[in-house]
Amino acid sequence: MRVNVNAQRCIGAGQCVLIAPEVFDQSDDGTAMVLVDTLDDSAQTVVREAVRACPSRSVSLAES
Amino acid sequence: MPTSDPISIEFPTRRRGQISPPDAYAELRARPGLVKSALPNGSTVWLVTRHEDVRTVLTDPRISASPTHPGFPTIGRNGTVPHPDQIPGWFVAYDPPDHTRFRKALIPEFTVRRVGELRPAVQRIVDGCIDAMLAGGTTADLVASFALPVPSLVICELLGVPRTDRELFESRTQILVTFTSTDDERDAAAQDLLLYINKLIAMKQRFPGRDLTSRLLRAGVLTPKEISGVALLLLIAGHETTANNIALGVVMLLLNRQWINAPGVVEEVLRYLSVADRVALRVAVEDVEIGGQLIRAGEGIVPLGAAANHDDATFGHADQFDPSRSARHHVAFGYGVHQCLGQNLVRIEMDTVFGSLFRRIPTLELDQAVEDLPFKYDGVLFGLHALPVRW
Repeated sequence: MRVNVNAQRCIGAGQCVLIAPEVFDQSDDGTAMVLVDTLDDSAQTVVREAVRACPSRSVSLAES
Repeated sequence: MPTSDPISIEFPTRRRGQISPPDAYAELRARPGLVKSALPNGSTVWLVTRHEDVRTVLTDPRISASPTHPGFPTIGRNGTVPHPDQIPGWFVAYDPPDHTRFRKALIPEFTVRRVGELRPAVQRIVDGCIDAMLAGGTTADLVASFALPVPSLVICELLGVPRTDRELFESRTQILVTFTSTDDERDAAAQDLLLYINKLIAMKQRFPGRDLTSRLLRAGVLTPKEISGVALLLLIAGHETTANNIALGVVMLLLNRQWINAPGVVEEVLRYLSVADRVALRVAVEDVEIGGQLIRAGEGIVPLGAAANHDDATFGHADQFDPSRSARHHVAFGYGVHQCLGQNLVRIEMDTVFGSLFRRIPTLELDQAVEDLPFKYDGVLFGLHALPVRW
């Protein structure tokens, strides 16, 4: 699986960083960034939590 | 479209002698469509109670957060917050793209990393308050001596507000967030706060410090007048809400001691309490269908955060306080572009508070029966006026 962040939609709330700091980071202006290219199975659960919590619906998962 | 005739219920609905949201919310969630309710001032609004519907309301661009639109709900006498026309920079009342400029200017100050840097200062403040409580005897009002000063002192530190001015902004904020305040009291309180904050900004312009207010002034993205509004908003929003979460959170943990120190406590306290249940008021600016209900342009909408956070369809056995659940998608901080700017700071404050208080005072217990506690039934925010404890 691949994880994507829509930087245009992102409002910098940082929920994804709090939930999955090994997958997401925030730039100095607050925009979320993805740190990994593909996700193993164990990371998918926590990333799904980040998808569900994102207040701007900017995080998504897709088949790689 | 509308699946049932609108019914009217009394609103705001009170939490009577209990910490969990009003029992009536479960019945409202189960009704098809939305529920129409009369406000104390005679106007009607749509109450939104299901988690999915609340999130939709808070993200639909046809729904506005601006009180300048006709039909915008006002709970209480004169509204619940200063009107944005009076205070430039009161950006919770702006829609995109006006809102976007403020959010972008402020979010770098509130990233996970930046607020993480405040953790040592928060710890120092929490320890200081506990030291003072312990030095004062074996009983205390936990609101006055801990739950309120901790977030107040943190926001002072962040904004560069002198600690000695706490009494002024705490007392005036209390008036603004109380439904039963008269219009005159409200106007006077807002005036006092505005005067105070304008003086603060003038001082920061002459003598900049290492605080958020000075950094905003230096950046020059927002005007000094706008920064006044922003600072006032952060000052008000930064202490009262967190204080209520701390006080009620301590009660929750004293009633459920097995969860003290459990991971997930902060998120579950936020979800379960949902102290800002009825803060995110909205109005439709175009016709829009929400939850199978047609809302006409100009009709007011009240998304109820506590109702959404107790929706069994989203949180199984939602009425149970269970920090082991995954509660991250709660709407205790709102949702969409207006979601609380300071939420990550609040989390650090609550985490530090719960981690330190029960470790340093392991014998802490309530000094009054829960059902007799002075709950804030008359407030914009749910909370406690006082919390007698002993150790």
